Amino acid sequence: MIKFFLMVNKQGQTRLAKYYEHVEINKRTVLETEVIKSCLSRSNEQCSFIEFKDFKLICRRYAALLIVVGVNDTENEMAIYEFIHNFVEVLDEYFSRVSELDVSFFKAVSQVFLSTWQSTGVVLIRFYF
Amino acid sequence: MSDIVEKTLTALPGLFLQNQSVGGPAGVKASFSSRLGGLVRGITALTSKHEEEKLIQQELSNLKATVSAPATTLKMMKECMVRLIYCEMLGYDASFGYIHAIKLAQQGNLLEKRVGYLAVSLFLHENHELLLLLVNTVVKDLQSTNLVEVCMALTIVSQIFPREMIPAVLPLIEDKLQHSKEIIRRKAVLALYKFHLIAPNQVQHIHIKFRKALCDRDVGVMAASLHIYFRMIKENPSAYKDLTGSFVTILKQVVGGKLPVDFNYHSVPAPWLQIQLLRILGLLGKDDQRTSELMYDVLDESLRRAELNHNVTYGLKALTYVIQQDPTLALQHQMTIIECLDHPDPIIKRETLELLYRITNAQNITVIVQKMLEYLHQSKEEYIIVNLVGKIAELAEKYAPDNAWFIQTMNAVFSVGGDVMHPDIPNNFMRLLAEGFDDETEDQQLRLYAVQSYLTLLDVENVFYPQKFLQVMSWVLGEYYYLLDKDTPEEVLTKLYKLLMNASVSSETKAWLIAAVTKLTSQAHSSNIVERLIQEFTISLDTCMRQHAFELKHLRENVELMKSLLPVDKSCEDMVVDASLSFLDGFVAEELSQGAAPYKPHHQRQEEKLSQEKVLNFEPYGLSFSSSGFTGRQSPAGISLGSDISGNSAETGLKETNGLKLEGIKKLWGKEGYLPKKEGKTGDETEAPPVPQESIIMETVDQTLIKKDQCQVLTQSKEEKEKQLLASSLFVGLGSESTVNLLGKADTVSHKFRRKSKIKETKSGETTSAHNRTCSYFSSSSNATYEDGYYLDTLQDRGDKELNKLSLNSGLLDSESLTELPSVEKLSNCKLSSSPSLFTDNSMEGFQPSQSTALSVANETSLAASLLEETSEHMHSDLVEVCHNETISLSSFKIWKDDCLFMVWSVSNKSGLELESADLEIAPAENFKITEQPGCRLPIIEAESIKTFQYSVQVEKPFTEGNLSGFINYQMMDTHSVQLEFSVNLSLLDFIRPLKISTENFGKLWLSFANDVKQNIKVSESQAALPSALKTLQQKLRLHVVEIIGNEGLLACQLLPSIPCLLHFRVHGDVLALWFRSSCSTLPDCLLYQCQKVMEGS
Repeated sequence: MIKFFLMVNKQGQTRLAKYYEHVEINKRTVLETEVIKSCLSRSNEQCSFIEFKDFKLICRRYAALLIVVGVNDTENEMAIYEFIHNFVEVLDEYFSRVSELDVSFFKAVSQVFLSTWQSTGVVLIRFYF
Repeated sequence: MSDIVEKTLTALPGLFLQNQSVGGPAGVKASFSSRLGGLVRGITALTSKHEEEKLIQQELSNLKATVSAPATTLKMMKECMVRLIYCEMLGYDASFGYIHAIKLAQQGNLLEKRVGYLAVSLFLHENHELLLLLVNTVVKDLQSTNLVEVCMALTIVSQIFPREMIPAVLPLIEDKLQHSKEIIRRKAVLALYKFHLIAPNQVQHIHIKFRKALCDRDVGVMAASLHIYFRMIKENPSAYKDLTGSFVTILKQVVGGKLPVDFNYHSVPAPWLQIQLLRILGLLGKDDQRTSELMYDVLDESLRRAELNHNVTYGLKALTYVIQQDPTLALQHQMTIIECLDHPDPIIKRETLELLYRITNAQNITVIVQKMLEYLHQSKEEYIIVNLVGKIAELAEKYAPDNAWFIQTMNAVFSVGGDVMHPDIPNNFMRLLAEGFDDETEDQQLRLYAVQSYLTLLDVENVFYPQKFLQVMSWVLGEYYYLLDKDTPEEVLTKLYKLLMNASVSSETKAWLIAAVTKLTSQAHSSNIVERLIQEFTISLDTCMRQHAFELKHLRENVELMKSLLPVDKSCEDMVVDASLSFLDGFVAEELSQGAAPYKPHHQRQEEKLSQEKVLNFEPYGLSFSSSGFTGRQSPAGISLGSDISGNSAETGLKETNGLKLEGIKKLWGKEGYLPKKEGKTGDETEAPPVPQESIIMETVDQTLIKKDQCQVLTQSKEEKEKQLLASSLFVGLGSESTVNLLGKADTVSHKFRRKSKIKETKSGETTSAHNRTCSYFSSSSNATYEDGYYLDTLQDRGDKELNKLSLNSGLLDSESLTELPSVEKLSNCKLSSSPSLFTDNSMEGFQPSQSTALSVANETSLAASLLEETSEHMHSDLVEVCHNETISLSSFKIWKDDCLFMVWSVSNKSGLELESADLEIAPAENFKITEQPGCRLPIIEAESIKTFQYSVQVEKPFTEGNLSGFINYQMMDTHSVQLEFSVNLSLLDFIRPLKISTENFGKLWLSFANDVKQNIKVSESQAALPSALKTLQQKLRLHVVEIIGNEGLLACQLLPSIPCLLHFRVHGDVLALWFRSSCSTLPDCLLYQCQKVMEGS
């Protein structure tokens, strides 16, 4: 199960956050800070899967944008890793060429995507329009 | 074709978005950039968090003003909502906008509604009270003719929906399963998946429809239904075995590329769908050869087509799993593993260590543990430390090559793991030292080494050890200092004293320290330090320390007593304590004769207080519910009024012993002449470690292998050689198949330091504890045939004997009030702190349950006396045979007592021979609490006779179906023991009792309960009449009919021990509207399920 989906920029500013399990708002901030810290500190050569507390983080970097997905223990890391890429491909196609600012602009739109396509934290087959 | 429709549908909102603004993506940008865009850019430009906060706070106050202004149009509201979402996403509270989000979803046009729903799904959570306001909107949208609206409603339902309102939308969503549009069907399936997650009972009746969804011609619908199946199969794989074929066919089609090209992801056909299917097949095929065979082909095919990925961690993970199956595989990859071990990425390093942990054996332990310790010293994160420390301790215990290494490793573990490590580690370590293993001399050497190493450690100046480590040290020094053979423990006392005076030592540790001092004092004749210590601490502000100091002071005055109380090297042995305090009888009698009030147990006092309150209470329904719930549990027969002194004190005695003896508590005080150890040892010898010869051969084989390797790569650099060397030390002992089991998971591993099972010991060993005897006396005295009125008639009689024995024991011990010292010691320790440690932990365990067991003991006393009437008085089930063989037959039946479910198992010996011992053990079950001692041992069952075991079962949390399993173990003369397994099904109804309350009370309770579930069920005509429905409910569910008003009925019941549940029902045509309310959140669901079953069944 996916616990949360995060998009942050290189400065560590949250661009998009979607939680599939309720987390209190002040705890979210703390969690995001920790997650972002542990993801940003990693270089490209390092592994993209991080065991974080009792769940796993899968991060993938696209230029200045970092996408982090938090999943529980039963989820397959590789599946999520590819899923992130799928998501970005879809965005890219939809907005012809997606950039960090686009994402923030159309955050509401991509929210709609996220909420439609993977409602209860499960990955459906793929994104499509 | 279907895809095209779907695409248009989902693209609709996007189109709307574009049409509304100037048109095209550029137009969207323009409308957003004015407000949201400006905000985002503003935030991006900021450099500090502080500035960001200021900006957002300002934005929020603007928004607050706008949204609450009456002139704000819905269109403006939509725009505000988007900005609010962004603010909340950055972690700022925007709760003032929640209600407006709901309004927007209610009132807006299509696009505004969409934004409203989106905001709701992001802002609220399932238990949010505002969510209820959304239910009506959802119901309305579900019935809408506009597909987009239906889609939105289904989406929101599958994201967040209040659990208790599910019945309101369930029929609507079920209808949508037959909808002509795929996207609607798929969303309906997802909504039902959500319901299955939060309230599985409510969707149980639609299982058939899920099958239809699985066979849907649209891939999306099928894929969505897989998620429901995955969960259902996980819960109960056996019920879905018949679907294996279908899943295999689906997977075949997917792998074979039969799906539309759309589903391909980088030319792999629907990878996520494949993963899900493989997971399901994995669940179905587990432990089932026949089902598994069905899938071999397709699995082979999928594997062949799957491209292997080379992300290193992933590979390592896979390797770790593979190695669990076959350790020799690790040999092929040894150089990779070595490289990973030096990898700059700590995560890969950790995965490597995880792998090494799996292949650890007696030969490579030192190298592996050294690597682990190195990593441990570098890491800072608590989670990692806790994890790794546990592993090191486990390995060290299993494979330690020698004493010195073991103690040093454990020292490292304690000093690094410090106070974050799992409390089991020091506890196990001390238990290991105390209980020892096979060889007594080696035991002593280990202990001696520990003592010496701690003395050196304490010699080092200005080093701070973690509290846990100090506690371990003080315990070991206290127990085993005598092994040093020094005349006086002056030296160590000085050290302990120094620590005691140290301000950085916690008061919990100080208690350990002073306990050690006390033990050492019994070996010393006189010591200035002890005197000084007593002086210092008798005036200490810490109550606990003061208590210890006083005890020490008094004990010192009576050296003989002290020595008997604190014997040397007897830490594993249990001490018999006269907990009945019978030596006080004289004192009590004297006080009574002088007019003192007799002692009343706590619960009795409370009861009296309550009944007094009742007199004064003029409120019509003052009788509180809990009181009626509790009185049921206290059986009046168990409460003696205190007129009989010895009876009274004996009763408390029983409780006390019960409390003290509950677990395998490690006692620091022992008694002479008790030999449980001997027995444990003979048991251990039989499972002596395998002969190491094989491993030696293996080693040589390995080395030759490595030599060969080295020959081939003579030109290797020095560095490479080092790696090879490391490899040879790491992978030693992995080569041959005949080797010891390397996984460390199986029990066949020869542990270097094997702990004896303490629990076993208490169970099988000769037990002097009063509780065990009472326990066996309860069971053995009920060894009658199962027939009404043949129960425990001699019980009263035996009870008296038992009490005599107890007071006899007390006579054996020295009199004076000091006999109660150990329990006082425990109590004070118990108060000390709540942080877990060996001592506090145990005493907590020992004491907390004693309250409840005290009650149950009281119950049992009465029970014993009244069991005769019991079977006729209470409802009971028929005797059912649960398992049998040629020698014995085990039957069981349930007695539905008012306060608990009473399970009786009767063992009948069919053979003509005597059974030496019989043991009935009930496996601990998740939902139940078995109040009696879980293991009972009857010494002898004579030929062709019957004995019974009795357990009272309580529920811990509501459930629908449960099952209690266990096994019976018996031994016949000169044969080995035989074990028979059995299981008994329990239903929730076994624990439901009528709750007799008045209508006023019903009304009052109804309002106070927060959890409710409503459901309409259709019933046959014959059932529809109120009286017959009532009768069914009353009889089958044991509900109490509170009142009948017209076509409505009020019923009440309680789940034992005392969770009330109220039911309101109304008959309307052939529909029965049920409405449950309870203080427990899951109980209504479970009851509803039972209700449906009963109504359908009849």
